[in-house]
Amino acid sequence: MTAIIALSIFGISNLFLGFWLSRKTIQTFTLGFLAISMGLTVADWNHEYLWFGNMFRSTNTSINFSIIIQLAAFFVVAFSNAFGQDDEHTHPAEYYAIMLFSVVGAILMVSFDHLIMLFVGLEILSVSMYVLTGSDKRNLRSNEAAIKYLLMGAFATGILLFGITLVYGATRSFYIANIANAIASTPKESMPTFLYAGILLMLVGMLFKVSAAPFHFWTPDVYDGAPTIFTMFMSTVVKTAGFAALFHVFSGMFGGLYNTWALPVYFISMLTLVIGNVTAVYQQSMKRMLAYSSISHAGYMLMTVSSNQATTTSTILYYSLAYTLATVTAFAIFKIVSEYQTGRVEKPENFQAFDGLAKQNPLLAFCLTISLLSLAGIPLTGGFWGKFFVFADTFHRNITYSIIVAVLMSAVGIYYYFKGIIAAYFKTSEMETIQIPGLYKLALVISTVGTLVLGLYPTFVKTLF
Amino acid sequence: MYLLFILLFPLALGSFLLLAKPKNAFVISLTGSIIEAIAVAYVLIQSSQSPNALTISYPWIPEAGLSFSLWVDGINGILIGLTGLLIPFIVGSTANTEKANNPVYQGLILAMQTALVGSFLAKDAFLFYFFFEACLLPIYFLSAQFGGENRIAITFKFFVYTLFGSLFLLIGLIYVYLRTPGAVGSSDIDVLVETARSLPATSQNYLFLAFFIAFAIKMPIFPFHTWQPDTYTTSPVQGSMLLGGIMLKMGTYGVIRLVLPMFPLGLITWGTTVMIISIIGIIYGSIIAIQQKDAKRLIAYSSFAHVGLMSAGILTGSLAGIQGALYQMLSHGINIVGLFFIIEIIERRTKTRELAQLGGITQASYMLSVAFVVLSLGSVALPLTNGFIGEFLLLKSVFDQDMWMGIIAGITIILGAVYTLRLIQKSMFGNVSRITKEFEDLTSAEKMVLVPLVILVLLGGIFPQTVLNYSAESVEKLTQLLN
Repeated sequence: MTAIIALSIFGISNLFLGFWLSRKTIQTFTLGFLAISMGLTVADWNHEYLWFGNMFRSTNTSINFSIIIQLAAFFVVAFSNAFGQDDEHTHPAEYYAIMLFSVVGAILMVSFDHLIMLFVGLEILSVSMYVLTGSDKRNLRSNEAAIKYLLMGAFATGILLFGITLVYGATRSFYIANIANAIASTPKESMPTFLYAGILLMLVGMLFKVSAAPFHFWTPDVYDGAPTIFTMFMSTVVKTAGFAALFHVFSGMFGGLYNTWALPVYFISMLTLVIGNVTAVYQQSMKRMLAYSSISHAGYMLMTVSSNQATTTSTILYYSLAYTLATVTAFAIFKIVSEYQTGRVEKPENFQAFDGLAKQNPLLAFCLTISLLSLAGIPLTGGFWGKFFVFADTFHRNITYSIIVAVLMSAVGIYYYFKGIIAAYFKTSEMETIQIPGLYKLALVISTVGTLVLGLYPTFVKTLF
Repeated sequence: MYLLFILLFPLALGSFLLLAKPKNAFVISLTGSIIEAIAVAYVLIQSSQSPNALTISYPWIPEAGLSFSLWVDGINGILIGLTGLLIPFIVGSTANTEKANNPVYQGLILAMQTALVGSFLAKDAFLFYFFFEACLLPIYFLSAQFGGENRIAITFKFFVYTLFGSLFLLIGLIYVYLRTPGAVGSSDIDVLVETARSLPATSQNYLFLAFFIAFAIKMPIFPFHTWQPDTYTTSPVQGSMLLGGIMLKMGTYGVIRLVLPMFPLGLITWGTTVMIISIIGIIYGSIIAIQQKDAKRLIAYSSFAHVGLMSAGILTGSLAGIQGALYQMLSHGINIVGLFFIIEIIERRTKTRELAQLGGITQASYMLSVAFVVLSLGSVALPLTNGFIGEFLLLKSVFDQDMWMGIIAGITIILGAVYTLRLIQKSMFGNVSRITKEFEDLTSAEKMVLVPLVILVLLGGIFPQTVLNYSAESVEKLTQLLN
């Protein structure tokens, strides 16, 4: 709670710091701000608070999610040595400030106890993301992505809001607990039909935010067009917050109506897995591949949501953390290599740009390998246990078909993730040593070690949940 | 603690080689692998005197009941012994090549050793799975980085194919694990075995298939073998040795350790079918081996034929079958490493593996041809060689199960003799060809590797009892579970 206030103040002060300080100093300040807010978040551990007219509830689960979100933001800031190709015309202070604001939105999304708070959090996050997507303002693709994201996002928010209205109409409350009670105490026959319509509309609105198929069409274009640093932000922070909110709404609030929403979620998870993985195979651009991979990981996470077990929260947490660490590493390496290759090779975003990376840049190649192995779910890395917990949850419900689909799609996943590894290690090129800033290198090593620790000793974080 | 040492020592040394990149990688790696071999020998002696004394167990993911536990019994002891025994030869076979002092190459071999030993030592099913998949990484990098023609596509197919198979194992394991008693469940192999045995026949039938496919791809047996000849051929020779000599045994080990005791009802349903498929594989592999022009590919197909017989023997579930398979795993490992090395020696000197271009090497190097003949006869299973003991037991077990299957499987010995003798004849005897004219005799480093292997072939054929006694007790316990 104190963390949100602190982050908002830090965000505003960042705007003013921009008058005097250089980008590098602001970056350091922002890292410090995030560290402080993480400390403030941890300080609430084991205390349950209700704030803002009981609309905001801080629990240990919400603290865990907030930490993952802030950790992701921390890595994004650490990797932000440039905001896109048009860097000298950008305004670093504003972008760092917007990032801090969007973290506030994300924290609201994981700690709401009232649907309006969910909506406010979602909007803070989304509006910030629309701006950040278009931040490379002289780049046409960035502009196109921003307008696309805005139009589609506004539409989805509208649908979500409509769903909330219908649910309110049926249950006469916005509070999670009250709605759950109303659903539990009303016999099934006397439940108004439009409650189900409301649930479905809310589902659609939220699935859009986590980019599940068939609501994923914006994802590749927006991820591809946005500056890499904000793609990194979107695919980690937004996804984690989105899933936390989705699960909170559907398990906590509509848990009594599991049989209503489980089937759509279950089919959508399979559809997402298939579409995300199969389309990723055909991508030539690494950035687009990572965009589709983010869709496919939404599929795995939806699988565990659809199982709705007691362990599901901890599975989502673990999966988000493993996915976040691996994704920030992969994007960070993509960013630095594609920046280096711009002007050197024809298409700096394609896999060919990574040819021969291992020869002169063993650290980058190693980190890339670990992160891609983790995304592919291979042992030694956190991604493996993420999949393991997802499969275990799903098996508890005896949903065998989706496991078979998930296994097939994991094998497909290996195919495209390994394209990066093969390019880095087994192809040759003239690539020279890439100069990496010290902070960048440090963050890379930390996120890679984190992935390995998660893979070798998952209890290390599992006990925290 | 000894088990932790033999598990982690190669990895520690391998990581040192990979990170520090010292100049004299060969010496470090060879010394390390010999120390490891001595430690393994010590562990095996200890375990034969007091089984279970060495077992260690640490909590790994206590919330989910997963533990980091290692053990040695008569079954995995043989495979750990095989790994410890073969790695020094595999490392030694790089001597005087450009790979000898390549720290990455040596480091990957040692990392591979940890993964292999880990999967054999594991007492926890998910720990087994963890190493089972982890061993793909070093061998993949080894083969894709240092392999021959078209290596990227071939090793990639190998990786995806085998990983895809092991995902079935994973979901099968999770399915059984979720049914274990207790609040959090347990993934100890013994507990899983007990749980799986009490499952109804329908579940056992499905699970048997899921598990068996994973191991069948790893071995590989017909019809899951399509990755194997290409991968064996294109890998650098040490990679082929690791794949054929040791990694293949992870598949057969998995069937003995998990599939047999866990799914007795599944075995009743599928046993005969899978045995027939294995036997088809034997004949099929042998016939293709007879037609091969490339010597390394020929060995690859012969290995495919041998593993088919092992699989058929194991699936009889009899004492003779499992004992024979264990003994044959050991002999096959020794023989195939020796044979791959001889092909490599020939290739180093003549730059070819084409049988048509070779011939008359006997005249240039008498010792090489003696070693080749002994190792080949071991592979053909001639009495007094190590291959005989294993194949005899295996064939006996298949014959006891079904006479006709036994007879058909017995044809392998004849077919095996045909392709092996053809290999010897085409390469060693006959007229000296243009490229074998200036064939140089063995260097001392090559002798150091080949001579002990030849001695092991003969020792294994004359004194099999030590090994058979070592595994007897554990195998008996296992077969009791099957009746």
